[in-house]
Amino acid sequence: MQQSKHNGQAPSIRVTNLKKQFTLHNQGSIEIPVFESLNLEVAPGECVVFVGDSGIGKSTLMRTIYGNYLASGGCVEVQHDGAYVDITKASPHMVAAVRRRSMGYVSQFLRVIPRISTIDLVIEPLLGNGVDPEEAKSRAVSLLRSLRLPEALWSLPPATFSGGEQQRVNIARSFIREYPVLLLDEPTASLDATNRETVVALIKAALDKGAAMIGIFHDQDVRDAVATRHFDVSSFKMDMESAA
Amino acid sequence: MTMTAHQETIDQADQPLLRVRNLSKHYGMITGCRDVSFEMRPGEVLGIVGESGSGKTTLLNCLSGRLPPSQGRVEFNASRHGLVDIYDLSEPDRRRMQREDWGFVHQNPRDGLRMRVSGGANVAEPLMNLGRRHYGDMRQASLDWLNRVELDLSRIDDKPRTYSGGMQQRVQIARNLIHAPRLVFMDEPTGGLDVSVQARLLDLMRELVRDLGLAAILVTHDMAVARLMADRLMVMKSGAVVETGLTDQVLDDPQHPYTQLLVSSVLQI
Repeated sequence: MQQSKHNGQAPSIRVTNLKKQFTLHNQGSIEIPVFESLNLEVAPGECVVFVGDSGIGKSTLMRTIYGNYLASGGCVEVQHDGAYVDITKASPHMVAAVRRRSMGYVSQFLRVIPRISTIDLVIEPLLGNGVDPEEAKSRAVSLLRSLRLPEALWSLPPATFSGGEQQRVNIARSFIREYPVLLLDEPTASLDATNRETVVALIKAALDKGAAMIGIFHDQDVRDAVATRHFDVSSFKMDMESAA
Repeated sequence: MTMTAHQETIDQADQPLLRVRNLSKHYGMITGCRDVSFEMRPGEVLGIVGESGSGKTTLLNCLSGRLPPSQGRVEFNASRHGLVDIYDLSEPDRRRMQREDWGFVHQNPRDGLRMRVSGGANVAEPLMNLGRRHYGDMRQASLDWLNRVELDLSRIDDKPRTYSGGMQQRVQIARNLIHAPRLVFMDEPTGGLDVSVQARLLDLMRELVRDLGLAAILVTHDMAVARLMADRLMVMKSGAVVETGLTDQVLDDPQHPYTQLLVSSVLQI
């Protein structure tokens, strides 16, 4: 496992006593317990990899940290502009600001927007933060080059791209900004070995600069290359009985 | 768009642009909407979703000064008055504020356009209403806007009734943005359009919202449109707001039974 150079700094993510369950109101109000009493801290330069069997709640935990899923209890504090913001209680404006400037999320799937070219999609997170379009474009070009996405595709909307090509667009979009906190949900799932290595290099470079990361990787090589620590989500599994 | 202009919209983001408190509207015994409260910031897009009859349009009409509410307040940070209840303003003041600070895009472009004057004149008219008199400047401004909404410029002297539905809707959008409003109300703006035209319009509206930093309230029953356009969602049922939150949170982890039903009813393609 890798060693972090940024030991001793205050954690960038602090999860305390987190609980998540789903209530399906239209299926007889069935309760689906996921996890409870979950604590986790991630420091700058650390890459914590979630492990545990499929269906145990790794993605659910990541999405709850991002504020995409609503926590059922506990809190998720994320460093934003020098202070902690509790994602589970912050206003939507605040969560949106944290996501815009401090916390990025790379999913397995690209949400394609009709008619928007690949390059415009990649630079969008920079434009949203007020970066000059020309500067943004030159960063996008070097990123798309390093990810070996054929130049002929840059001006096309990615709707018709292959899974691997779409995923590389998604990665470019997330790494174009140096987010202090980055959540990676299987970013290498449909990539070939060469492109996987590029992504590993991007992750390592970001860690070197002090980013705090959480990752889910099914690929053992990638996991070994980037993980500074494993975190077993299954040890916080909620029993059916304690779901209220 | 320069960096400073954008930074300004970010810095102003703590000031509410619109503040709605306990707004209700009754039609006799029938409730249009009840006890709605929320705030909006500059540059934010708020989506209002819900099935037909849930009170979306009643709420939009109350918010936009077209329908006085039975109870509650609608406060807007007007450029001439500061934060003020729009129904406390005199009729002429309110109308002037609507002309200067707001736009309203109707679902049916025929409700928002003047069908007897040319497409170009429709776009220039809001400037004329604000007292501009230089014909050449106004023509240039409307040409610029018709370009931005990708309207065939050879058609600008034709009357809107000779346009297709998609063209009419683009003219209506240009007409509602040419005066640089701070808040735009949109009632199902892509409702009756085919999907390719809808995609182009959504793309255009996203770009304009980002580049101009304007705030928008978007009423729609199309969850895909809501996901693409809105930062935040308000879900309405029987006149009440049953759930609010960030768009992706409301759609991916809906809490209220009605929102769960709504989200699970969307067809996948």
